[in-house]
Amino acid sequence: MWYPRWFWPTFATPAVFWVAAFFVVPFYVILSVAFGGLDPIFLSAVPRYNPVNWNFAAFSDVVGELFTSGSVVQTTFVRTVAYVAVATGLCLAIGYPVAYFIARHAGRFKTAFLIALLAPFWISYMMRMLAWTNLLQPSGYVNRVLEGLGVLAEPRLWLEGKPSTVILGLAYGYIPYMILPLYAALDRIDRSTLEAARDLGAGQISTLVRVTLPQSRQAIIAGTVIVTLPMAGDFYTQDLLSAQRGTAMLGNVIDNSIQSSLVQEGASLVLILLLVLLVPMLFYLRSTTRATEGVR
Amino acid sequence: MSEVVGTHSPARAVAQVGRLRGWVRNPWAKARFLWVIALAYVGWTLLPVAIAVLFSFNAGRSLSAWQGFSTRWYIGDVNSVWENSELRAALAHTFLLSGLVMAIAVPIGTAFAIALSRWRGRVAKTTNFFVLFAFVTPELALAIALFLFFTNLIDAVGVGTGAQVLGLSVFELAYPVIIVRARLISLGTQYEEAAMDLGASAVGALRRVTLPLLTPAILASFAIMFASTIDNFIITRQLSIDASTQTIAIKIYSSARTGPLPSLNALASITLVSSTLAIGLAAYAYRRLSRSDPGRATPAVPPTVGV
Repeated sequence: MWYPRWFWPTFATPAVFWVAAFFVVPFYVILSVAFGGLDPIFLSAVPRYNPVNWNFAAFSDVVGELFTSGSVVQTTFVRTVAYVAVATGLCLAIGYPVAYFIARHAGRFKTAFLIALLAPFWISYMMRMLAWTNLLQPSGYVNRVLEGLGVLAEPRLWLEGKPSTVILGLAYGYIPYMILPLYAALDRIDRSTLEAARDLGAGQISTLVRVTLPQSRQAIIAGTVIVTLPMAGDFYTQDLLSAQRGTAMLGNVIDNSIQSSLVQEGASLVLILLLVLLVPMLFYLRSTTRATEGVR
Repeated sequence: MSEVVGTHSPARAVAQVGRLRGWVRNPWAKARFLWVIALAYVGWTLLPVAIAVLFSFNAGRSLSAWQGFSTRWYIGDVNSVWENSELRAALAHTFLLSGLVMAIAVPIGTAFAIALSRWRGRVAKTTNFFVLFAFVTPELALAIALFLFFTNLIDAVGVGTGAQVLGLSVFELAYPVIIVRARLISLGTQYEEAAMDLGASAVGALRRVTLPLLTPAILASFAIMFASTIDNFIITRQLSIDASTQTIAIKIYSSARTGPLPSLNALASITLVSSTLAIGLAAYAYRRLSRSDPGRATPAVPPTVGV
């Protein structure tokens, strides 16, 4: 086409500048703080912007702590991995049948179910957690219903450092992100493959295991990555549903160190978090790019 | 579900009772079991929120005992959203931030999406990578990077409203880039080429052909970005400086565990209604605008481009 050479690059200029200034440079600042020095009097972090002067002592201290058994960093790290793993498992265990149902059996209620699936995306996360802090109070509806049914003899203190509450809260918060890719994949499965399986003598379960599951494998991986990433950096769910040391997650340790001016430690922990998550992040990125370009 | 009792014809009622009995006898038959799971899921996700909204209308101070209907937590009480200066400030600041972020990020993102679909230079590809990377990075990491950036490197700006707007705009940039780009890819370049064959200039073709075709996608970007910014918590909080830069999400976070009043639920319900309206309006506009859409895979009417 006959556009002037400068024409399209001009449109990209603001975004290029924006991303460079407010994304790339800030991440460089994280490196400069984590690998920087400390003010000898105020003990505040002094970033070093020249990589030649980088000092890895503070960072390797934090890494060392990660490998010291019984340290706060290690305990929290292990706890975070466990919470995220169980919550992700719950998301998958609940999400798969729901997505399967909506894709195959919802019939004329499909649109209604889809709206219900999408609603949590525009209901504020904080509001969804607020709703649970109301329900889980000692005198809240959860205790009243469970007592009424005779399950509980006395009110359970759900919000006082219960790992189960935090894990269920995480699952509740992020499950919509799991269901959506699952639904999209299950809805796309060609029904003739199911009919073929049935014609060839496969039963319900064997069709599910040998036809449906393999065709939704990509979506299971994508959904797992999509919910794992934000869960790993989550701190507010724990703060709202427990707020106790015994259920603190890595996000809480990072947030606490930044809030209490231990900036260098916080920056180092962020780097560790990013290193751990780099592979799933790149995977997510690749599948997003593919999905966008796949519209073609 | 079909278990609703109270039908018109007795025959149908009998059939339904029969179905109900069968369902009780064997709730594990495939679709019924899935019906139960799906309905339980919908109840689990939406009921708590519905109850929270309901309690914003409670006449008393309790969040767990219903004491009658009242709108006092919205207006008419010293602690209502309207009369409590902190809550009102949080509401105003939330909408201010969201407006400014939309005003910055939608144009930048749209322009970039257009550039990206027509110019495949290395700079564009790298920038696109970072736009998406910013989107998949755990928000806490991005928030802390921005916090350190605004407190160390350009401490002349410092944290506060400006930092919040700039920080959010880079995070939200991905929405218009993804949405508008998907639309551009499905439209192809033929409309622009036709316009230019008929004598339109490059700018003219863009303004009079491409942009109108992009309107639904741009509207959708506005709506999604609006809903997403008024709910943003991590970046907004990390870059907030004092009470004047607190938003609704920050307010909920800091007071949900310290004996909150139903006015907090009222505040949350207001954001819920605003984002629902924005998404609903955008969905409606999207359908209206793309009804006779040349970008659709199978247009009902042959597309006509008026230049």
